[in-house]
Amino acid sequence: MLSSRHILGMDDLSTEDITRILDTAESFAAVNERRIKKLPTLRGLTVVNLFLEPSTRTRTSFEIAAKRLSADGINFTASASATVKGESLRDTAATLAAMSCDLVIIRHKYAGAPRMLTEMMDCSIVNGGDGIHQHPTQALLDLYTMKQRLGHLEGLRVGIVGDIAHSRVAGSLIPALLKVGAIPVVIAPPTLLPARPDVLGAEVSWDLDEVLPTLDVAYMLRIQMERADGMPFPSLREYARFYGMNSARLAAMKPSAIVMHPGPMNRGVEISADVADSDRSLVLEQVESGVAVRMAVMYLLLGGADSGAAA
Amino acid sequence: MALLLKNARVVDPAVGLDAVCDIVIRDGLIAEIGTDLRIAKGETVECAEKVVLPGLADIHTHLREPGREDEESVHTGTRAAAHGGYTAICAMPNTEPVADEGSSVRFLRERGEAEGAVRVYPLGAITAKQEGRALAEIGDMVAEGAVALSDDGHGVQSAGMMRLAMDYVKRFGVPVVSHCEDEALVGKGVVNEGVVSTRLGLSGWPAAGEEVQVARDIRLCELTGCRLHLAHLSTAGSVELVRRAKAAGLPVTCEVTPHHLFLTEDDLTESYDTNLKMNPPLRTAEDAAALLAGLLDGTVDCIATDHAPHAPHEKALEFELAPFGTTGLETALSLVITHLVATKKADWAQVAQWMSIGPRAALALPVVRIEVGALADLTIVDPEAKVEVGAEWFVSKSRNSAFLGQKLLGKASDVLVGGYFALRNGKVVV
Repeated sequence: MLSSRHILGMDDLSTEDITRILDTAESFAAVNERRIKKLPTLRGLTVVNLFLEPSTRTRTSFEIAAKRLSADGINFTASASATVKGESLRDTAATLAAMSCDLVIIRHKYAGAPRMLTEMMDCSIVNGGDGIHQHPTQALLDLYTMKQRLGHLEGLRVGIVGDIAHSRVAGSLIPALLKVGAIPVVIAPPTLLPARPDVLGAEVSWDLDEVLPTLDVAYMLRIQMERADGMPFPSLREYARFYGMNSARLAAMKPSAIVMHPGPMNRGVEISADVADSDRSLVLEQVESGVAVRMAVMYLLLGGADSGAAA
Repeated sequence: MALLLKNARVVDPAVGLDAVCDIVIRDGLIAEIGTDLRIAKGETVECAEKVVLPGLADIHTHLREPGREDEESVHTGTRAAAHGGYTAICAMPNTEPVADEGSSVRFLRERGEAEGAVRVYPLGAITAKQEGRALAEIGDMVAEGAVALSDDGHGVQSAGMMRLAMDYVKRFGVPVVSHCEDEALVGKGVVNEGVVSTRLGLSGWPAAGEEVQVARDIRLCELTGCRLHLAHLSTAGSVELVRRAKAAGLPVTCEVTPHHLFLTEDDLTESYDTNLKMNPPLRTAEDAAALLAGLLDGTVDCIATDHAPHAPHEKALEFELAPFGTTGLETALSLVITHLVATKKADWAQVAQWMSIGPRAALALPVVRIEVGALADLTIVDPEAKVEVGAEWFVSKSRNSAFLGQKLLGKASDVLVGGYFALRNGKVVV
């Protein structure tokens, strides 16, 4: 059990909750190694993926997690949904509530949308990414991945590099790192920092090269190249020159240090191809961890109170 | 038909009055002011423990008629105004269609005369359709009764366009009311840029987005000599710019809203309450303190509500999609009493100054004074009345109040417009 029925943001989770999720994920990861990966744990329960913004990776990850726990997973996506016909989110939520689901994962373009669902529905709600606010399961799988590779979380210096101002990944990862005793450092040009980075509790730097040797993890955020209204830096080339991860920068890091990325990557922009494919890059491990961590989240929200023996 | 108000504390700093006395009203005019007054026939109203003020005026109201009568109308909006203690309101021109030529202004003026529970003074737009590209028919609108011109809802983006408008308007003697918002700086901003935008993952609306246009328009006021009134100032920097402009002797006035005085961005939480989404956004506690300091030292001329009714289904949208604005007519006076009078930060003369004399002077509305021979537009306040701001309490057609659920002290019990009750014992009676 967790201390909250919902996971809307990292504030809903205590440090103990995080530990419980990561430990549970570890046992599910073992299941994911088997040839038959399915458990009967959530049989008969309905999990809705309410994805009102395009997403393949996160939706697929939740979908696989639900299936591996034998839940009935339903996809309610933007193109197929009524929302494109002008139905409000509240009406969509009321409609889903009337169909009695047990868990809704919502991805939406606007901050605070998961909270609206909790006002309309009795079931558990998991935030699958809301606007530029939070994306808590991404942060949880990132913690899990770091812990698997580096053995511990406390005291790790994690540099988060890129568009901090518009990143829901950073919005959850920063508080998540703080809760487990790690040290987040946000690294970006001033135009990609939020108005008051100090309130996030992270160290702030404009200079990647200066910070790099002190980091245990370089977490590269995706640069949104499709942004239309005035790029916040002169060119992708210039961005890569100052903030891109490449082999020279990797060499400047501690030998044990790792590189992470929430995907999808822009090779040659925030991360060079050789680093992305190196054994210091944990990009695919993150994807793999995603399934186990989301299984753990679903299991702890819906299922087993104290059985713990997930596997 | 005569009316006698007995034993009221009558406060009007414009005539140096603050005394417990009686007022006799005859034929819509104040006939006598004194003690132990009697009338041969007519009605006597006991006003002991009550305060009589010159009728309050709100110079920033959105009546939504024509176009969005589902949200408010001249009929309901003026009744909400009476409920809140006002005897006059100024209607902003950002209706559908925009009031940008004489007949629209005449329509609203005539609707106000026919339907209004209180007096209605229309404003006209500065630019055609409020698009900021070409002058609206300014002279035509002034001739039909527009008391001022405003593109409220939007800032006029081009400094050249604003200069042209101010140059042209000064020939008609009315002020330009500026909504200061530089869209290139504000972008998609929905909350104050700073702590809360960072915490809630919402786009920021920086204080500078207001201040650069305040500075620009003050400079244009100096250049053109046109009277300038700055609407809903929300930042400490804006107040300081006005302070300097007034010291330089420029014809500049400004207003602040109750929500910017008594709420701050810290009231915005993870609940994403869309009733707290307004334009300009709620600012910091330091900004709110600077607005109050501006009122107290005379930099800020008046309190205006920016009463902005919205349909419930629109306010129920995601925060970023919901429209900006809170209703305000019915809560403004109670908020001022609760936060300023009851706490002894201000006295009744200042309330009269900020809510009746100041706003009328800013837009050169007809003067309302408590003196013999004057029109009997009066607001009678019960300072001890207890108000619970519940959804059912509102007379307005809309309930999107940022103050829902609050308990307030003090309320208008009666409102007289031209000697007739619009509000009586707390109930709207017209």
